[in-house]
Amino acid sequence: MIAYIMCFILFLVGLYGVITRRNLVKIAVSLSIMEISTFLFFALVGYIDGGVAPIVDPANPAKIYVDPLPQALVLTAIVIGLATTAMLMAVIIRLYRKYGTFDIREIKNLRG
Amino acid sequence: MDLTISVIVGFMILGALYAIHARDLLSSVIACSLVGYSLVICFLLLKAPDLAIVQIVVDTITLIIMVAVVLDSSREESFSKFDTQGYISALTAIFLGLMLLYFYTVSIQSLDVLGKSSLRMAKHYIEGAAQKTGSANLVTGVVFDFRGYDTMGEAVVLVTAVLGVLTILRIKGKK
Repeated sequence: MIAYIMCFILFLVGLYGVITRRNLVKIAVSLSIMEISTFLFFALVGYIDGGVAPIVDPANPAKIYVDPLPQALVLTAIVIGLATTAMLMAVIIRLYRKYGTFDIREIKNLRG
Repeated sequence: MDLTISVIVGFMILGALYAIHARDLLSSVIACSLVGYSLVICFLLLKAPDLAIVQIVVDTITLIIMVAVVLDSSREESFSKFDTQGYISALTAIFLGLMLLYFYTVSIQSLDVLGKSSLRMAKHYIEGAAQKTGSANLVTGVVFDFRGYDTMGEAVVLVTAVLGVLTILRIKGKK
């Protein structure tokens, strides 16, 4: 059960970064940390003691397999996370070229 | 296994704290990818080799994108005084974090203990999956056969994201 708690503390660190940081790159980094903790949580839920990786060996199939369903879910989520990060970084670089800063408060002041 | 994973996640938390507080943006980005590479080790320990392969590729690509953005700009984070707004947001974050942690500890009581989980959903996927899908890898069987429409949606999302990135980077802003 300690692993679940540690995993959620990692999520909370990412949340703290999103709320308190003013730099856009650091907000993107914190979001990616939150994503990572979610992937780890799903992998933990599917783990079984003494299980093998879910690849069937036709020679000796009578074993315990690790749950393949959360793994398939995380596989999709990792790739979507890459797409989200790429999109976020593209928006950030546009904002930097227009305003010359990563600071969200300065961007807010400059706009008016 | 519980303790091993906890130690690795402890290092990941340290890396995440450094990534959030570093002055230089380049070291912040590299510390973030350190967290991702530690996740690869966790996946290998948790018997998920497919996820480890995908994560190591995706993490490298993310690092390249972020370094490209950071090197294209002024790397130093401008020093800002800790004003009242900063105190308010830090207090909000800590309060929210403690509250979420409490509800999380209540809600994981209904989960199985780590390593003792029962295969409620996946039993039908595992039994005779090699005959049903023709794939020895059960994760591939789930992704591309049982849940093929989800994977198609994922491909659509990827294409949309690439089109969005191209559009955002190509348009000329108003001066």
